[in-house]
Formats: sequence, C-alpha cells, structure tokens
Amino acid sequence: MVVQPGRQRLPLDVEDVSKVFRAKRRKSLVAARGGTQKRRSRAALDHVSFRVPEGEIYGVLGANGSGKSTLVRILSTLLLPDTGAVHIFGYDVVKQPAAVRPLLNRVSVDPSFFKPMSAMENLLFFGRAYGMSGAEVRERSTAVLARLGLSEEHAREPMLHLSRGQQQKVAVARAFLSSPRLMLLDEPTTGLDPRSKREVQSFVSEVRRDSGVTILLTTHDMDEAEALCDRIGFLSGGRLVAEGTPLELRKQVAVSTGRPLEEVDMEAVFLELTGRRIEEDEEEVEEP
Amino acid sequence: MTTVAVTRSRPPRRVALGWAFFERQTNLWKRYWAWELVWLLYGVVNTLSITFIANEAAVSGVLSKREVSRLTMFLLIGTLVWAYLSAVLDDMSLTIMWERWEGTIEHTLMAPVPRVIHLVGMSAFGVLHAIIRTSLILAFSLPFFHVQLAGADWVTALAVVFVGSLSVIGLGIMAGILPLLYPERGEQMSFMVQALVLLVSGVYYSVDVLPGWLQAASHVSPATYLLRGIRDALLNGSTVSHEGSTLGVLAIFGAVLVPVSLMTFAAAERWAKKTGRLKRQG
Repeated sequence: MVVQPGRQRLPLDVEDVSKVFRAKRRKSLVAARGGTQKRRSRAALDHVSFRVPEGEIYGVLGANGSGKSTLVRILSTLLLPDTGAVHIFGYDVVKQPAAVRPLLNRVSVDPSFFKPMSAMENLLFFGRAYGMSGAEVRERSTAVLARLGLSEEHAREPMLHLSRGQQQKVAVARAFLSSPRLMLLDEPTTGLDPRSKREVQSFVSEVRRDSGVTILLTTHDMDEAEALCDRIGFLSGGRLVAEGTPLELRKQVAVSTGRPLEEVDMEAVFLELTGRRIEEDEEEVEEP
Repeated sequence: MTTVAVTRSRPPRRVALGWAFFERQTNLWKRYWAWELVWLLYGVVNTLSITFIANEAAVSGVLSKREVSRLTMFLLIGTLVWAYLSAVLDDMSLTIMWERWEGTIEHTLMAPVPRVIHLVGMSAFGVLHAIIRTSLILAFSLPFFHVQLAGADWVTALAVVFVGSLSVIGLGIMAGILPLLYPERGEQMSFMVQALVLLVSGVYYSVDVLPGWLQAASHVSPATYLLRGIRDALLNGSTVSHEGSTLGVLAIFGAVLVPVSLMTFAAAERWAKKTGRLKRQG
C-alpha cells in the first residue's frame, strides 16, 4: 500500500474537493416563483479543504442541503469527487478504498437496518463484514448496547419493534463495534428525544476519551457542536466558509460585531459568518 | 512515496466475510417465511397448471399413453428448472434492490468486503435457496402425476445442474447490475431479462418450434443447454459422457459469464459512485 509522504498519521486530509450534481428546484420554490422545474448544475461541494489531526472531534455545521452528507459519502468511499483528493491515514479514498474501509465507520442520520431482523442479527452481519467473529460481535455488542442503555432483550427484538431512539443507539453500537480509527457521525442525534441525545453524546465523548478515535461530526445542532467538537467548520452553499475552535469563532464574531463575547453564541456566529440561519434549508442538490 | 503496511487486528477471512452475507440472507429468509410460503404455493400451482396440459392431451386422445408420460416429464422438468432459474435470478437481482429498500446500501457497500466475496456469498445463498424451494415444489407436485423415472440418469442431471449453475450465477449478477444503474426501474428491467430467457430457452416447448430468429437467440442462453442436458438425462437416460458437449458449452458459459459479470458489476459500481446512485431509496 502506498501513502502520501508525511501524511501517514493524519486521520483526515480533505484537499480542494468539489462535487457537482444536477440540481432540481424544490417544488414549493418553483411554484412560489411561478417557474418551471428545470434541472441545472450546482456544486454540492465547492473546493472544500480541511485537515483533522488524530483524536480530534471536528464538527461540520451547515443547514440542510449545504453539502454535509455529500462530504460524508465521499469520505465513506461511496461517492467520487469531481476534483481534489481525500486521504484517510494517508490512503486515497478514490484510489485505495480497500485500504480506507477497515479504518472507518459511520452513523447516519437514519438508522439504516434490515428492519425485520433483530438488532443482534444486524450487528452480527455488520460485525462479520468488518472481519469479526460471531463470538466477538456478541460479546462487544452486548457491552456497547448496555452502555447505551439497551438490554439483551432489546437486542433480540426485531428492529421494527424498537423506537427511533433505540434504533439510533443500535446504529451507534454498530459503528463503534469495528473499533474504527476514523468515525463519521452524520447528524447522529437528529430526531432523538433529549435523554437519548444526551446518552449518545456522552457515549461519543467517552469513546473518544478512552480510545482516541478521530471523529468527524456533521450536525445542525449548535449546542451539540459546541459541547463535543474541538474545532468546527461552517459549510454553506457547498463551501467551507469558516473554521476554528468554538471559542475562536465566537471571539471572531464578537470583535467584528462589537458585541460582548458572552452574548455571542454559536447561532449568532453561524448567522454572521454564513449570512443565513441554520434552520433555513438551502436549495436541495438532487442526485440522480 | 512511502510504502507502509495497513494495520489490521486480524488477517482477512474471506470465507467468514462471504458467510456474513449467507447468514444475513438466511436470517431475512426466516423473517419473511410467510412470503416463502406464498412463493412455494405459487411454484406448486404453476407446476401443476402447466403439467396438467399433458393430461388434457391424454383425455382428448391427441397423444398415446407413452407420449403423454413423456410430455408430462418434459413439462415437469421445464417448470422445475424455471422455478430454480428464476429463484436464483430473483435473489441475485435483489442484491442491490433489497439494500435500497431497507436503507442499508451505504453501510453494506462501505464495509471492507471485496465485491467478489459479497457476490459469492449472495450467489451461494441464492443457489441453495433455489435448490430447497425447487425440491419442495417437486415433492408436492410429483404425487399428482404418473412419471417414469426408471431410466433416468440422475448423476448426469445433477452434473448439468452443477455446471449450469455457474452460468446462472453469471446471469444473476448481470441482472443485479440493473438496479445499481437504474434505482427506480432496475428491478422491472431485470424481470424483462428473465422474460426473454423464458421465451428463447425452451422451458415449456422445444426450441425447434421457435421462429428462426428466436432459435438463433436460444443459442446464447445458457438455460437452453441446461434444460437440454437435464431432459436428455432424465427422459433418455443420457450419461455424462453423452452429455459432454452440453456440459462443455455450459462450462464455457460459466467461465465467460462469471468473470464478465463481475467486471461489469465493478464498472457499474464505479459509475454509480461517480453519479451518486449508491444511496438509499426513500
């Protein structure tokens, strides 16, 4: 296996990545503007670059449609960028996906499982797909699920019978089962009740502290980003418009607006640096 | 450039990786047992409906008793082989579709499993699943008919099924590519492929009755040779040495179709990655 010199230890190196899709206007927008629904090209990602050192939790904040999921899918080796390069621990995600895949895992916004199968049957499949034995999967799954507040009885239930929060906890267990060195958390707490959200967040913090896993977290939850992330990048219109620690970003906005630091929260930072509120959906980039 | 080894906790275990897919499909099969019953019932009814045509020929006096027995076997073999083929093709064409429905496609395709191992695991399940279903259809259908199996050469028939299954797997992988390329219509397109194979391969009639241009098409369907070999073995007691040419053709089909289908799947997957089609549906 060949890696870029000097990049062997860098968990994530995103360099000038762009991806263009044909965009489909939202029907509501089309109707409001009295137009016709035409397809046109729009950059889902526009020359995005950033690096994440070992053990860091790097947050990517952006509204719906800002390019977060496109970025995660490129890092997951499921989508090829049009330009630029992504290296994970020195391996190119386009040219060396087989070397990259054992090093990473992912939690998606939707807990994607074979719904009729039990949680344990799902975990067995995904654990085996990462080279684990059945015994290893059972032992580790039971421990991780217990840490997330799910019993062995829950593990035997078909996924269909579990609540959304419980399903997402199983998704978190699945992702950490293979002991990845880089974890991609794509809005892992969206739609969860406050208690489940706190449990997942504290589990993520605990695993990072104990194992030193590097994490890329995409979210539009400002409090979550500030609580969990060492550094944050703001994605807007496919471009990375700002990057820094939560404190650095708040200070930057406090200075530029002349407001006291304690009055500048992350929502104000996002509004100031991107020119939009995070709740505002951006124009959806529709893939084929 | 520097060369470094990838750090892994254990060496890759290819059989275990393939087993992951076999085990998963088995678990899904158990959970969808009611659907399996429906397909089994459909298979039995389909077999009986078509094979009773031979009884009609007997009642109307069109054929002699010996000819009726032969037609019964001819139709029975056709329906059973088609049940087998369509079960394998269905399972393989669901390789991608099922993952889209359940929303697991991204998690499965980003797992560190070589695609060849993934497809081998799916194929192994598909073949075993098809064998079990077809055997049950045979067991339920056989009591309805008086068939002469005394002269049948079962070893040759099994050899034809074994060698022919490789080309069926190749066809199945090809059918699985369509939902990869066309998320919305791929499954319907794979049904069209099945329909064409059904038409030209002589499942319920000899290919000799087809118009010339369809007879030409029958030569490029491995199912034609699979059916011919099994019928020769079971109806005429043909031995392995007599069926050498049929087995040879099936082996060539398998040797060509399996690698070509794997290469085509890899090319289709790359294209799907470029255009953003590797994602859940809905």
